[in-house]
Amino acid sequence: MTHVKISMAQALNQALRDAMTADESVVMFGEDVGALGGVFRITDGLTAEFGDKRCFDTPLAEAGIVGMAVGMAMNGMRPVVEMQFDAFGYPAFEQVVSHVAKMRNRTRGRVQLPMVIRIPYGGGIGGVEHHSDSSESYFAHTPGLTVVTPATVADAYGLLRRAIEFPDPVVFMEPKKLYWAKEEVDLTESQPGIGTAVVRRDGADATLIAYGPALPVALEAAEVAAAEGRQLTVVDLRSVVPFDDETVCAAVRRTGRAVVVAEASGFASVSSEIVARVTEKCFHSLAAPVRRVTAFDIPFPPPKLEKYQLPSVDRILDAVDDLQWEDS
Amino acid sequence: MTTVEEHLLPSAEPVCLIDQNGVPHDHPSYRLPTKEALLDGYTQLIRGRRFNDQASALVRQGRLAVYPSSFGQEACQLAATMVLREGDWLFPTYRDSVSIMSRGVDPIETLTLLRGDWHSGYDPYEHKVAPQATPLATQLPHAVGVAHAARLKGEDTVVMALVGDGGTSEGDFHEALNFAAVFQAPVVFFIQNNEYAISVPLARQSAAPSLAHKGIGYGVPGERADGNDLAGLLAVLGQAVNNARAGEGPQLIEAHTYRVQAHTNADDASRYRQDDEVTPWLDRDPIERLTTYLEQQGWLNDDIRATAEAGAVQVAAQLRDGLMPEPEVDPADLFAHLYAGETQQLREQSAFLRDELAREEA
Ligand SMILES: Cc1ncc(C[n+]2csc(CCOP(=O)(O)OP(=O)(O)O)c2C)c(N)n1
Repeated sequence: MTHVKISMAQALNQALRDAMTADESVVMFGEDVGALGGVFRITDGLTAEFGDKRCFDTPLAEAGIVGMAVGMAMNGMRPVVEMQFDAFGYPAFEQVVSHVAKMRNRTRGRVQLPMVIRIPYGGGIGGVEHHSDSSESYFAHTPGLTVVTPATVADAYGLLRRAIEFPDPVVFMEPKKLYWAKEEVDLTESQPGIGTAVVRRDGADATLIAYGPALPVALEAAEVAAAEGRQLTVVDLRSVVPFDDETVCAAVRRTGRAVVVAEASGFASVSSEIVARVTEKCFHSLAAPVRRVTAFDIPFPPPKLEKYQLPSVDRILDAVDDLQWEDS
Repeated sequence: MTTVEEHLLPSAEPVCLIDQNGVPHDHPSYRLPTKEALLDGYTQLIRGRRFNDQASALVRQGRLAVYPSSFGQEACQLAATMVLREGDWLFPTYRDSVSIMSRGVDPIETLTLLRGDWHSGYDPYEHKVAPQATPLATQLPHAVGVAHAARLKGEDTVVMALVGDGGTSEGDFHEALNFAAVFQAPVVFFIQNNEYAISVPLARQSAAPSLAHKGIGYGVPGERADGNDLAGLLAVLGQAVNNARAGEGPQLIEAHTYRVQAHTNADDASRYRQDDEVTPWLDRDPIERLTTYLEQQGWLNDDIRATAEAGAVQVAAQLRDGLMPEPEVDPADLFAHLYAGETQQLREQSAFLRDELAREEA
């Protein structure tokens, strides 16, 4: 395969196309995913290619969409559903928490739900209220769910393919800010396993732990830090649940210092969980308390104010500076 | 004698009192509104249309983040509020800016949400207009709550709750209808069926004979009206409001109209519908047909035209002037209004941001 320059949106589209070609039982449905190709065009052309039994519009009801996916998965299919925006997945929360997450457990493994719930999430696109939430912590808090979020074009493709093949329900969080970011990639090469983090950059001085929309910001901060003489490792979680303690802790032990970067509010969040785990497992390697750079604990602000909410390179560098360096 | 079931079912055809050629029609149950009401409606329609046009232009200039146009649906939006009294409530969707403005809300405040400086720009209590709802149908149970509380308090308030055709598929729509019926809450559920929920046509949304038919399952009387006929809408909605106020419980009205423009500026309508589907709807324009009728009655004089035009010019100028400067946003606002009191956590975060911005400035 040769390398092609494509966007994350196109990579996701290709992953769906390839998954539907590879497995007849894969079906895609949701709001506006048919003729329109989804409001972000992730399902562009799928109805034309596979017919409206494989990719179709539903009535406008998220609880119905996820609920129907549960039944279809129980009956041998692999549904992939789209929640149009993060905050519009909340009407389906009851189905996700009460049924999607618990089915395998309550049936002693008899009923499996191989399904994917795709959720475009996060800010940075100037959306009005309810169009910029980071809802990953709600799902991560719910035992029984697998929660993944790509940060690169290649991972978007690879992770979605893996998520669709996965035997359990996967909440697939798509950082909408990165939909249009283009990369030169060979899609066939990307094979990220669910539950594996990856080191995106190596540096001996401190580790930045990030995922989804926060990853490019963390990488940029590492770039600037390097210019200023501090070498940072950057770990991309990719999979929030299951959490890859091994990769994360290896990096933290090696560097002795860590900052978690996330776009969601910090209180009772995925980022708090990471700090807790790293502290428990790497305490004796740590030279300083693990710091966090997250959003404030407020509802996602209106577009004119969102720049104050999102993690920035400066905030990350300030947090790194705070890690009790001997020379400072 | 009509049976209970028949009483709950809508008319066989949408009620239309002035047809698309401006010709009036008798109806067994509804009478033409008065000359004054129609002339007032005319003036408001002209203003509402200009509001839509100007807001759409401001989106193209980058002054508004987004504007869901109600071009062609102005008769619905205006009738919805024209039938209300001052003490009544309106529960709008994101598309109902014209309705909100006609309720007396300052046009700039109406657009604050869409400009992006705050999540809602007006005081809901001042004009009794709930914040615009972006999640679909979630405002409807609230409308029932406001109506129920009003009844408990002995007020004769009526609540007008707006929803789109797509919104009727959400669970909240069904729960709201059922609650309202069980508690006999004075709510008029008003569906603006404009044929599309973004790209999804009505046929893909519901298999019911009409959306007004959905009332019967809950024991709520349904009725439907031509959504481009201001006269018919005023008659049907007026009666629904009267019934609700008289203690007859919730009413469900469906207006048949059409979303002439795209869903928002982010939408590409050519992906899911052909122009030849849109064109016939232009001939059913709510303003044209009312104008024809008023002209034929000899009621539309230069004075009224001038007043309507002046109103339109004024609202356009107001939007241009009010939305042209970048809004001044205060980062401290981020931490305001989250809880009745302050929390230590937010105080710290607020101080952090203040320091950060001060350092940037230095
Ligand atoms: C709960 C929820 N799901 C999805 C959306 C995204 N969305 C915004 S508008 C819209 C279509 C609504 O159609 P309709 O109710 O017919 O109203 P219209 O836009 O036609 O006025 C959708 C799907 C939303 N706002 N809320």
